[in-house]
Formats: sequence, structure tokens, C-alpha cells
Amino acid sequence: MKLSGWGRYPVADCALSAPRDDAALAALLAEGTPLIARGNGRAYGDSALNRQRTVSTRHFNRMLDFDTKTGVLTAEAGVLLGDVIAAFLPHGWFPAVTPGTRFVSLGGMAAANVHGKNHHLDGGFRNFVDWVEVMGEDGTVTRASRDENPDLFDWTLGGMGLTGVILRLAMRLRRVETGWIRQRAIAAPDLSAAMAAFEAGHDAPYSVAWIDCLSSGARLGRSVVMLGEHAPLDHLPTRFRRLPYGPPPKRGRSMPFNAPGFALNRWTVSAFNALYYRMGARKAGTTYVPWDSYFYPLDSVLGWNRIYGRRGFIQFQCVLPEGAAREGLTALLKTIAAAGQGSFLAVLKKMGADGGRFSFPMPGYTLALDFPVTDKVLTLMDELDRITLDHEGRFYLAKDARLRPETLHTADPRAGEFASMRRQTGAAPAFASLQSERLGL
Amino acid sequence: MSGGAVLILGARSDIGLAIAQAFAAEGHAIQLAARDPDTLEAARNDLALRHGVDVSLHAFDALDYDSHEAFLDALPVLPEIAVCTVGFMGEQTESETDMNAARLVMRSNFEGPASILGLIANRFEARGNGIIVGISSVAGDRGRATNYVYGSAKAGFTAWLAGLRNRLAGSGVHVLTVKPGFVATAMTEGMDLPERLTAQPQAVGRAVLRAVNARRNVIYVKPVWWLVMLVIRSIPEAIFKKMRI
Repeated sequence: MKLSGWGRYPVADCALSAPRDDAALAALLAEGTPLIARGNGRAYGDSALNRQRTVSTRHFNRMLDFDTKTGVLTAEAGVLLGDVIAAFLPHGWFPAVTPGTRFVSLGGMAAANVHGKNHHLDGGFRNFVDWVEVMGEDGTVTRASRDENPDLFDWTLGGMGLTGVILRLAMRLRRVETGWIRQRAIAAPDLSAAMAAFEAGHDAPYSVAWIDCLSSGARLGRSVVMLGEHAPLDHLPTRFRRLPYGPPPKRGRSMPFNAPGFALNRWTVSAFNALYYRMGARKAGTTYVPWDSYFYPLDSVLGWNRIYGRRGFIQFQCVLPEGAAREGLTALLKTIAAAGQGSFLAVLKKMGADGGRFSFPMPGYTLALDFPVTDKVLTLMDELDRITLDHEGRFYLAKDARLRPETLHTADPRAGEFASMRRQTGAAPAFASLQSERLGL
Repeated sequence: MSGGAVLILGARSDIGLAIAQAFAAEGHAIQLAARDPDTLEAARNDLALRHGVDVSLHAFDALDYDSHEAFLDALPVLPEIAVCTVGFMGEQTESETDMNAARLVMRSNFEGPASILGLIANRFEARGNGIIVGISSVAGDRGRATNYVYGSAKAGFTAWLAGLRNRLAGSGVHVLTVKPGFVATAMTEGMDLPERLTAQPQAVGRAVLRAVNARRNVIYVKPVWWLVMLVIRSIPEAIFKKMRI
């Protein structure tokens, strides 16, 4: 079966299995073919692809327990984050960490140790996972937490499914009074202003910036920085109080076909960017936004990944350490603007510290961009990799489809430790993805 | 937002669980009945957590006819809606040579469902309301060499449901016959099914919910099946008997 990640690049013919319970999964492992688990296919590249055997967790889709005192939800790995929100937001609970789509599986969130707009204060998903249950190569299930099998816990959160198959986990939700976000938008005319807005807004629970990657010169890095917090009920304008948890998410339009290759080019994207910036500048100030359009603006266009056309697209996401961020971001943005490859959605975000043995985040700034797949773009990506290396940055594997192994291992010595851990524990021959093979993990 | 209880007979099946999800999302309490109800703990928790409805588990053996009255007596409440997803396909070739295998298919798809639904129908009739949903099959629309033992039992069940509907019309009790066509379930796993004719269990759940709300009599889950079966039923027997479909 032809499978790909969310970026639709690369596409691989994979044998897909969907076991119904632990025993059926253990039987697959006993056959000895290396495999990788796949949740809802929202990693962008080849993290959840294995030609010989890809294992869908779609039958592991049950919520098992919820503690109304502590907000701890126990669920199977294939449950989608959006289902968690649908079930618990009406009772005043929201995920403590959420990535930019609610269509991710909980297992995928743990495997990638995803981060959200609150990373600068709260860290990644890992900080809100009490334990995970992982099936190892011999079919036995091990529960791992900070106290129990802490090594397995530390390698698994951020381990891209390569320590075993994540079956179940316990995650903490947070109390919210409403489903509305009080948002403050700040138009930042250049990169310095954007970074200053992040520093000034450090106490805001959520922060993120949309960044215009095509502007250059004095406007290099112009952004709209958006700070947010969960609105308390008594702050909500009266007209919204009737629906404190917001309207249910819009069912969404879907992208019915692949856009032709010429639809996104330097001119259309730069026209869009100019418009977006002007609208951001005009709307600057405080507004109340429903949770779904704040956290998941793209989820309302189902299948938006087709906007890049048949060849698909690739993401570039790196994080640069605090000291080198300004210089590194300037170099990255200059290179991107000069290449004139329009990135439709570019995101800048300040990050805080994170735990785990192989997690992506570190204190500094992360930049995420997407590009249609072309030969020119692939060359540009190599250039961006080099700049990231020069500034001691790291790469986010959940977005990656084309990184070179030597780049990863130079950027992140933990990659080598991860690989030798896998050899020692016996995980290496049992769990593999196209990504792990490409990167020598 | 609580609706009347929905009883799912044969609740371990993918279709049964999907129907339970669809009705629970509308606020209906759910009664899950299956042979080993302990295996449904996770499903029960999931339904209750997602939809905030009461979910109960009940031991039920469709083939143990003598137990059916007691099973109904033990339910916390006589349900508003009873859905029977009990079924067993068996292996056609085995059913041709082993009468016990054939009888198991016939009993699982016809006698068992007719036994329990017959008792429920009488109780609904006495109460003056209720909805009975029988999951039958397109296989019952015409006997074919590849699955006629299963198909004949489903044909019996379809006719039985039609008669029950006829009997209870005007009594306040409604009967819905569902012919799902191909569905991607545990029963069909590994079979090479044409994508356009194959429904996901969730689609069956939503279709049953819609059909119950609209008081439909007979539905094919994917409308294209109506056309497919119309064609299959209209082929003259002299030709049909030589075809291999």
C-alpha cells in the first residue's frame, strides 16, 4: 500500500498491518521483520514508513480511564488528540501540550515529544506524560515512567517509535474555565522586533509568530507575534459566555484536488504574506479567539497538504540555541529570501528547556517552514542545514524527510548514543523506519 | 441530553461497537451484550469517557435460546432501541461438507437473532413503542455458489424482519433492516474487497443512526449496493446459474 507522511514526500509502498490487540502485535514482532508503528500519519516525512512492515495503531483507539481530580487520562496510543478535546473540553479540561494539529495520535505525540505554543514555559509533551507502556522486540510490555524504567521513558519520549511500540499512556490535562483564548497580536516590522516581542511576552502562557520569509533588507524577519492565554470566564465578553467552551470545531472544507504546481510561487506567496502582515498589523491588540482557530488554524482545511501539488512538500524545522539565535536566524532568513522559494506558512517560536535523552527542543528559537518539493528546494535545504550546524542548532525529526545522516550526527551527538542504546537493548533489528535507516539511528 | 437506552446484541463486532459509538454520541445510554462481556471493559470505558453516557455490560449467548428471557429480565431497563449485529460467516466449503458447520452458520445468522428479537418484539409491542434494528446482509438477496449457506440464513433473517415489520406496523414498534454490503471489519480482514463498495464500520454506525431517526425500513449502507443487488437479482436464473460472481 502506498503510504507517505503528511508532506506526501517521500511515498513508499509499505505492507500495512493493523493488529487488534497486544497479542496480535506480539505475533507480528515474533515473525522478526523490522517494523515501525504508525498513528495518524501526521509526521511530515518518513518517520512512520517501513516497506516491510508498517503497523497501524488505529485499533488501539480507546480511552481507558480519567481521573476527574488530577486530570490524568489513560488512553491507548491510537486515540486522536482531537477526540480527547471533544470529550473533555466540555468538562473544563484541555491538553497541557498540543502541536499545531489536533489530528495527531497520542502515541505519535509521545514518540516525537511534540511541543506547543507554551513550550517556553512548560516544556514538551513529555512533561505531562506520567507513564507509557511500550512493547519491546520480544513482545513483552514494559511500563516506563520517571521512577519505573526511567531510561526507557527518557529514550521513548522523543524516540520516534524506535524503542518499541507505544501502546498506552497516561497524560495530564489542564483545567480551563473556557475554550477561548485571549490573544494579543503584535506586528513586528523585523526580526529584532519579533524577538523583542517574544522576550517581553515571556510570561504569556502561549506565544508564536508567523514570519514572512520572503521579505528582505530592512524588513527581514517581519512577523506577527501572537501571545495567548486561556480566557477566564469572567474575562470573556458577555456574548461569548453563553458558550464558554466555544462552538464545536468547524467540520471544515477539504482540499478536493492537488493544486497545480504553479499555484504557489514567489508572487502569490509574497502577496499572501503582505496581506497577512497588514491584516495582523491592523488587528493588533487583544481579541478573543476560539480554541480551534487559535491552535489549529489549518485543521479547518482538511487535506491542506494537497495545496503543494502532486510532488508534495517538505518541512524544515530547526532550533537554534539562545546565544546564536539572532545571528543564525538572520542567516537562515537571508538565504531563504534570496532563494525566493515561498514558504506558505513559516513559524517562529521561542523554546524553553526540555527533558529526555533524545528530545528535539532546547532553549532558544525554533523556525519551521514548508516548501514544495523541487530540486532547487532540496539544494536550499542543504544550505539551511549548514547554517543550522554553524550555529549549533538541532533538527526536528517529526518534520524531516531528507536530512543527511552526517548532518544529524554532527548536530546532535545524542543521535549516536541513541543508536548504540538501540543496538544494546535489541530494539535496533526489531524497530526501523525509512527515517531511522536513512539517518543511521 | 440523555436518550433512551440502546441494546447492542453481539457487541464485540466492529459494526456493533461503531453503532454504539454513534448512538452514545447522541446521548443514549448503551447496553453491550456479548458472550464474554469482560472483554468489553475497554470499550465500555471508552464509550463512557467520550460521551458521558451510562454503559452496562451483559453476558449474552445468541445460540442459548433458553437463556434469552432471563437475559432480558436482567437488563437494567428494557431498551428503547435493540440492535442485533450477531452473525457468523463460516467457511462456505466447510459448510458444504460438514452439516454441523453449516448449522452453526444458519443458527448464528437466523435462529439466534430471530429468537432474541422475537422476544424483544413482544415486549416492545406490549409497551407500545420501541425500535428493532436487524443487521442482515446483501448476501441474502440472492443465493450464490460462494456463500449460499451464510446467504440463505441472512435471507431468512431478512424475510423474518420484513414479516415482523408488517406485523408490528401501527403498533408503535418500528423495524429497520440493514444490509451493510462489504464492511472493513475483523470478519472481512484479509479479503480483497473493492474500495468503492466497502464501508468503514463508523459509516455503518452513522447510517444506522440516520435511518433510525428517519424511521427507514430497509437500507443499504452504501447506496450503490441497491443498484448492484438490483442487477444481481434481475439476472434470469438460467443465466445466473452459470455465472461465477
